Amino acid sequence: MGHILTEQQKELKELVRSFAVNEVKPHIKELDEKGEFPMELLKQAFEMGLHCLEIPEEYGGSGLDYQTTAVIFEELAKVDAGFAISLVTTFVALRSVIMAGNDAQKKLFADIIIPGAFGAFCLTEPNAGSDAGSIRATAVRDGDEYVINGSKCFITNGSVADVFVVFASTDRSKGVKGLSAFIVERSREGISVGKHEDKMGLRLSNTCDVAFSDVRVPVSHRLGEEGTGFTTAMNTLNISRAFVGTLAVGICQAAIDECVKYAKERVQFGKPIIEFQAVQMILADMEIQTEAARQLVHHSMVLMDQGKPVVKEGSITKCFCGDTVVRVTTDAVQIFGGYGVSKEYPVEKLMRDSKVFQIFEGTNQIQRLVIAKELAK
Amino acid sequence: MKIIVLAKQTFDTEAKLSLDNNGKIDGQGVKLIMNPYDEFAVEEGLRIKEKTNGEVTVISVDKEQDQDALRQAIAMGADEAVMVVPGDVELDEYATATILAKVISKMEYDIILGGFRAIDDGSCQVAGRVAESLNIPVVNMITEIKIENGKAQATRDIEGGSEVIEVKLPAVFTAQKGLNEPRYPSMKGIMKARKKPVKIIRLGELGLVEDQIAAKVKPVSYTLAEPRKAGQVIQDEPAKAVSQAVKLILEKVKVVV
Repeated sequence: MGHILTEQQKELKELVRSFAVNEVKPHIKELDEKGEFPMELLKQAFEMGLHCLEIPEEYGGSGLDYQTTAVIFEELAKVDAGFAISLVTTFVALRSVIMAGNDAQKKLFADIIIPGAFGAFCLTEPNAGSDAGSIRATAVRDGDEYVINGSKCFITNGSVADVFVVFASTDRSKGVKGLSAFIVERSREGISVGKHEDKMGLRLSNTCDVAFSDVRVPVSHRLGEEGTGFTTAMNTLNISRAFVGTLAVGICQAAIDECVKYAKERVQFGKPIIEFQAVQMILADMEIQTEAARQLVHHSMVLMDQGKPVVKEGSITKCFCGDTVVRVTTDAVQIFGGYGVSKEYPVEKLMRDSKVFQIFEGTNQIQRLVIAKELAK
Repeated sequence: MKIIVLAKQTFDTEAKLSLDNNGKIDGQGVKLIMNPYDEFAVEEGLRIKEKTNGEVTVISVDKEQDQDALRQAIAMGADEAVMVVPGDVELDEYATATILAKVISKMEYDIILGGFRAIDDGSCQVAGRVAESLNIPVVNMITEIKIENGKAQATRDIEGGSEVIEVKLPAVFTAQKGLNEPRYPSMKGIMKARKKPVKIIRLGELGLVEDQIAAKVKPVSYTLAEPRKAGQVIQDEPAKAVSQAVKLILEKVKVVV
């Protein structure tokens, strides 16, 4: 199943599988119920280098290619996508610095993250979700510094991050072309973290508001020129969308694995339900959709590894994987029947975890707009 | 501090055993893992290395291609890996220990660690025999070790408690469960392990001839454990079924005297 893995990918995948299954999985049920952030387990993941997989070795990362990174994240997401997303988010933030920053900025950010810390990507605001151009956060130049004010919401890793990439307007009159990106360390004065969102899914991940009140950063913390923030955000999201896809595939695979096991054990009308065609049809469709999603992820990763643009492919991948994970996990609950909605069984959580994949990193409606726009070019 | 760890590959604990046409254990297609007790030894070696700025060399006696355990040790952080390839000879604990002692005698070492037993043959002999050959002390089944001023204090469980033994280094220590919790290799470690060559040593290079390692013990035959027999189901009304069960236990199983 899946694409053909290299020896190295197999080895890394096996290691991550054994870590996720032996160390993380036993705690998932309790952590999900409490909506608790698994700090100790994530620290173990830091020691394994799971927070900086594709970051080049010169910045202290593991220097893996995107394809291998995706294989690893699918494996983590099979056990818990919320756990995986805390790590993905860190490297997404770091990735934007690597793409848009200069050497000193890359070093600044990497030196905080690599030894073991979280990063966060602060784009979304209460009134600027899909419409990033409506960002109200401002960064006003004051001599050698910028003064940042604004309120960000739904920030993954918001209250645990040691460093943020913050998007704020340096020129409101220019809309998206007036946006700039900044590195902001958590230790700076004026940063406050709001309440943790009590979410339906991905409950192991930390999501909250982050407010910036007269936060001063040196001009050297600005990524690229003034006005390039939107491009930085979009370039980063192009990469992260395919990674969101890989997490969705991991959830799908978990759903299939659980369903196959259950359908072999559950006996009705004198035989295991997997012998009924009605169940077989559903299982086969789950497998078809999941495998197609996995191949789209792989395709995007191959393109990204070759440095090719993935504006359309990233959106196709994210959109298809997001729709697929909702459908596959809903079917999983169906196969489990009454037990499917019970918290005693594993699949209702997968269904709860799935929904946000049609929403974050650009809603699936926005993805369709991006795809159509690329077609119309 | 120079640390040597003895590591062996064993069948995965979930592997299904079968015998080949010659009545020997069939290793074809069986997944190999590092003997779990040796994994404790590697971990302890790495912890001592980190505290003392030392160096860990892991040694194994096996087929040239079966390097997984050594690679795992490198991925965990070991500095060097040595594979002694005895060729097509049947080894017993004496032979394996003779080979290991010969290799180690040509190296610098302050401390030698190994698992107290391997989960396949379970003989618990090799590390002790190596110590004997090298004429250094051995402390078996340790659950804790502290090193200071060229001495080691090792703790081991004894009936009803534990004892602390102090020995001068160099010495051999064998790891018991509870010594530590082995780390997962890091991503970087795994990639490093893929690039790092394992040092291969053949018997000839050691100045050992086959006669010197002729096994003193040879397995005569192997038999697989008998599969568990199906249980007996008593189908009757509960009260009657219980009295039948009691009767069976008393008369047939003879558990209650």
